[in-house]
Order: sequence, then C-alpha cells, then structure tokens
Amino acid sequence: MPLPSEALQQSFLALDRMRASELVAVAATELPPLQVIETMVRPALEAIGQLWEQGDCALSQVYMSGRICEELIDGLLVGSASDASRILTPQVAAPRLAIAVLEDYHLLGRQIVRTVLRAGGYEVLDYGRQDVEELLDRVCADRIEILLVSTLMLPSALRTRMLIDGLRRVSPQTRVVVGGAPYRFDDQLWQEVGADAVGLHAGEALTIVNRLTGEAP
Amino acid sequence: MSGTQGLQAGLTSMQRVLTALGHQEPDRVPLFLLAVMQGARELGLSIEDYFARPEQVAEGQLRLRAKYRSDCFYTFYYASIETEAWGGGTIFRKDGPPNAAAPVIHEIADIARLTPPRIEDSPGLLRVLETTRLLAQESRGEVPIVGVVMSPFSLPVMQLGFERYLILMHEHRELFARLMQLNEAFCVAWANAQVAAGANAICYFDPISSSSMVPRALFLETGFQVARRTLARLQAPAAMHFASGRVLPIVDDLAATGAAAVGVSSHEDLGTLKAACRGKISLLGNLNGIAMRRWTPAQAEAAVKAAIAAAGSGGGFVLSDNHGEIPWQVPDTVLLAIADAVERWGRYPLDWCQTA
Ligand code: B12
Repeated sequence: MPLPSEALQQSFLALDRMRASELVAVAATELPPLQVIETMVRPALEAIGQLWEQGDCALSQVYMSGRICEELIDGLLVGSASDASRILTPQVAAPRLAIAVLEDYHLLGRQIVRTVLRAGGYEVLDYGRQDVEELLDRVCADRIEILLVSTLMLPSALRTRMLIDGLRRVSPQTRVVVGGAPYRFDDQLWQEVGADAVGLHAGEALTIVNRLTGEAP
Repeated sequence: MSGTQGLQAGLTSMQRVLTALGHQEPDRVPLFLLAVMQGARELGLSIEDYFARPEQVAEGQLRLRAKYRSDCFYTFYYASIETEAWGGGTIFRKDGPPNAAAPVIHEIADIARLTPPRIEDSPGLLRVLETTRLLAQESRGEVPIVGVVMSPFSLPVMQLGFERYLILMHEHRELFARLMQLNEAFCVAWANAQVAAGANAICYFDPISSSSMVPRALFLETGFQVARRTLARLQAPAAMHFASGRVLPIVDDLAATGAAAVGVSSHEDLGTLKAACRGKISLLGNLNGIAMRRWTPAQAEAAVKAAIAAAGSGGGFVLSDNHGEIPWQVPDTVLLAIADAVERWGRYPLDWCQTA
C-alpha cells in the first residue's frame, strides 16, 4: 500500500477532490488535525512542487492541488475555535512571515506559495504587489522576520537588490527568500540580488522557512 | 532607412531559412536573433516612445539585423498589444518589456457577452501591420519577416488573469469553449492581416500548451485542438513557440498541430528534442536568454557550439534564444559573440561535430 501522503499526492495530481477528502477524513479519525497536515498534506504538496521543478507535472496541477488543499484544511478544522494557522502553528516557533510581489504584475506565483505555506501551518501576511519603498515600510512596521518575494519579470527580479540593500539598513534581522521564473533560468541570480535563499518551486518555501527559523538570526 | 544588402554572400536569409525548414542543410545554420526592445536603444528612444511609431520599429529591425546578422525581421512589439485590442492597457517600464495592465474580462460569466475586436479598430495592431509593410518593402523577399500572435489558448492569461483562467479551464468548460471560439476568430484574423501586410511566417506563442503549464492529457483536449484548428486557417507557415516552457512530454504530438517548427527551452536537452523531431518538425532555440546577461563572449560561443552540435545536423534547426525575445539587460558583446559563433561554427557540413 502506498503511504497516505503518496496516495494524497496522486489524488491531487488527478484533481480528484473526492478521493483526497476521503483520504484526509480517514486519517483524521486516527490523528489530530496538526498531524494529518504534517504527515500527509505537507509532504504531498512538497512532492508536487518537486515534480514540477523536474518537469514531471504541470503548473495547473500545482495550482489546483493548492486549491483542493485549502478546502480540505478548512474542512479539517471545522468546529475549531480560531483560525487555521493559529491552531496549526506551534506558537513558540512561529516566525513572522510576509509575502509580496515586487514591482511586477504577475501574482500567481505568490498565490501558490502562500497556499503552500498556509497548508504547511504557517501564518503569512500577504502584501500583494509592492514597490520597494512601500514594502520597506511595511516590513519594518510589521517587524517581519522572513520576507518572501516573488517576481516573474527579470527587471523586477533585479530590483530585489535595491529592496534587500534597503532592508539591510532598516531591518537587518529580516531574512529574504526569493523565487519566480527568472531564478529558474539563472542559478546565480539570487546571490546577485543578495537574498538569503531561493526557492525553485513553491514546495521549497516550507523547507526554507523551516531552515531559516531554526537558524539564529 | 539603412538597406539590407551585403549582409551575407551566398544564400539569402530566405533561402537559408527555407532550406533549413525543409529539413535540408543550407550554407549555414540560420540565426533568429530575436532582439525586440533593443531597437529602442539603437534609435536612442525610450521603449515606450519606440513602440509608439511603426516606422521607428521598422528602422530598429533594420539596424539590429545589420548589426547582428539575424536571418529574419521580427515584427513583435509586446504581448499585451493584443489585449489592448480587447480594451486592455499596457504598462511600460524603462528597463524591460511592457506588461498587460488589469485583465479585461472581470467575471468568467462575462465571456458569454464578449465579442472579438476588429483588427482595423485597434491602433496598436495597425502599427504592427505598418511596420510589417515597411519591412516587406526593404526585404524584397530576401529576408523572412516573422509576425507574432498569442495563441487563443494562451491569450486568456492576460484577458482574465492566470488564476481565473485556470479555474475557467477546469471548472467552466462551456465558457472556456466559447472563449476559445472568440479567440480563434481573432487570432486567425490577426495572423492573416500580418501575412497580407508581408509577414512570411507566424510565430504562434503558446506557452500555456507547454507541459510546464498543463499536463499532456489536458493539452490534448484543449491547446492541441485549438492549435490544430487555428494553424489550419493561417495563410503562412507557423512556428509554435512555448516561450521556454517544456515540451518533451508532448513532442510527438506537435507535428500534428500543423506547425512547421517548435520553439524549445534551455530546460530540456536539445539532442533529445532533435532525436524526436528530426525530419518531422524543425527546432527553434534554445539559448537561455536570462543567463545570457552574465555570459562572456567565450561562454556565448560555447553555448552556440553546443546547440549546433546537438541539433544542427540534417537541417531542421534555427538557432535562437529560448523565449522568443532577448532581455533588455543582455550586453551587446554577447549578442555579437553569438552572431560570430554562428558564422564560425554553423557552416555546413558540420564536420567539426563528428570529430568533436
Ligand atoms: C506562460 C508564459 C507567458 C504567457 C502568460 C504570462 C503571464 N503569467 O501573464 C504569455 C504568453 C501571455 C506570456 C507573455 C509574456 N511573457 Co512570458 N512566460 C510564460 C512562461 C512559460 C510561464 C510563466 C508563468 O506565468 N508561470 C507560472 C508562475 C506561477 O511560475 P513561476 O513564477 O516560475 O512560479 C513558480 C516557482 O518559480 C515558484 N515561485 C514563484 N515565486 C516564488 C517565490 C518564492 C519565495 C518561492 C520560494 C517560490 C516561488 O512557485 C511557482 C510554482 O511552483 C515563462 C517561462 C517559464 N518557463 O517559466 C515566460 C516568461 C515569464 N515570460 C517572459 C516575458 C518577458 C513575457 C512578456 C513580457 C513578453 C513580452 N515582451 O510581451 C509577456 C508579458 C505578459 C503580460 N502578462 O503582460 C519572461 C520573463 C523574464 C524576462 N525575460 O524578463 C519568461 C520567464 C520567459 C523567459 N525565459 O525569459 N508569457
């Protein structure tokens, strides 16, 4: 028998909502919601991200999996008192996260990453599209520890350098994770813009945030 | 305007390209060096001002070809010039390609009431046609003029926004079918207007059909059918371009769309693609335009050599970048090094490949 997370992954790729929700329902009879997420949902989403990055599944499947997943998690938490991420995230370790699209009009990458993070149990502020100056202000005001920046256009990715230079001055403790198409075609670009990490697919956001949270600032 | 003579001895660009697309070896590998915004730099204009006047874009193409020895003129302005025709806007920036402003279709249900725009009512499209006519006068049939359309299947990302389009495609199949019908009518009219103005081939941009974006099964139900219907109605040969999306899972399906060539990604092995396409459909690609920004001339030469070695033999190959447009930030020295390397390593027969 495949692992429950693999079965869930298959149902996501086939966009089979019914099967996915059955699998989660069965697991939820034995495990608390947090563990269902950690042992099933999250590995399934990470694996799908990885498959996409290797060319073994399509973005439409990545996106639709995220959508199904959001429904499942809402279902899992029906009856719980407060919002999803508060229950899911162990409060002690929870980093202050935000995601933004920098000087770019392409919002889908950010949407997918946000979904994956939420499904992984993180609370994340969504700033939408931002200019450098505005984003600097918000990061400071919200005392963001990890900022995720998505760009699709190359000039927008290059502007991230200016953002990060600014952050080093006004909010030196903030770590910056970058991602989006230009980084997938130039493996040195993330270092050139001064980022702390790059994610080549949405699933990597989880691994990276985990890693950065574990490290001392 | 600067003339087009004296660029190459021997075959004209047109002869070279037609021979290659006929899966024969011409005198050398043809080069489509798809510089677009760079014309603005040549003319000392901002990108926005440059695209505002068709004669400037024609002049830009002439100068770029004289400089980089490309085997075509490329009349592409920017993708959202098509959504302008549907009532949308374009946002310009100084250091890169323009982008589509807010989607023109606000609600999926609005598709029921939508009608396609007429080419003659769209100032942007008329500018492209004028550029095409001017270049046709200059080329006198010796330099292929490549026009561009967004595929009916890829255009909705800009018409609706990507997220809403994915939902339409998966959850509202009837309205999806209706949008395809409207977009196909528009695309055919737009492509054939370019052919009437002098375009010799059409680059059909369809990255949403790529396997990076939809799985093969969905492609066969959607983008494949759309391409087959649309390309059959075009009055010129078409290249199906995936804008650097992957195609290996669908490569054997592509010849059946009617496309003469396919634009392929640096994310896939060119030799493997060649093995699948040899004699059936030509390849266009696959230099990594984004990585070009940091190439040295020696790296550019090595990349050209590798591409020619992988895909040059037997014709059926046009060297190009993998996206269909060179980024603004790529230095001139790199583009010149690419042009030099094609002259040096692209001469048929490719004897050096066998010994290498
Ligand atoms: C499909 C496509 C199109 C379609 C739809 C585009 C759209 N979204 O609006 C069409 C045909 C319309 C098109 C047009 C253009 N395109 Co286009 N297109 C593509 C293609 C194939 C996919 C883009 C896409 O939307 N992907 C979906 C998103 C979600 O993917 P993603 O950003 O990679 O995100 C994933 C990961 O990277 C990660 N991720 C994203 N952000 C983050 C952030 C963090 C923190 C982490 C951890 C992870 C992460 O998660 C996501 C899911 O795994 C790419 C090439 C490619 N192979 O990727 C070119 C590409 C994006 N296009 C490009 C360009 C230039 C254009 C145009 C400007 C061309 C022009 N001159 O008009 C226009 C602009 C269109 C517009 N909207 O105005 C360039 C951009 C780079 C550059 N050269 O500047 C690309 C990269 C091609 C290339 N290789 O150069 N395009």
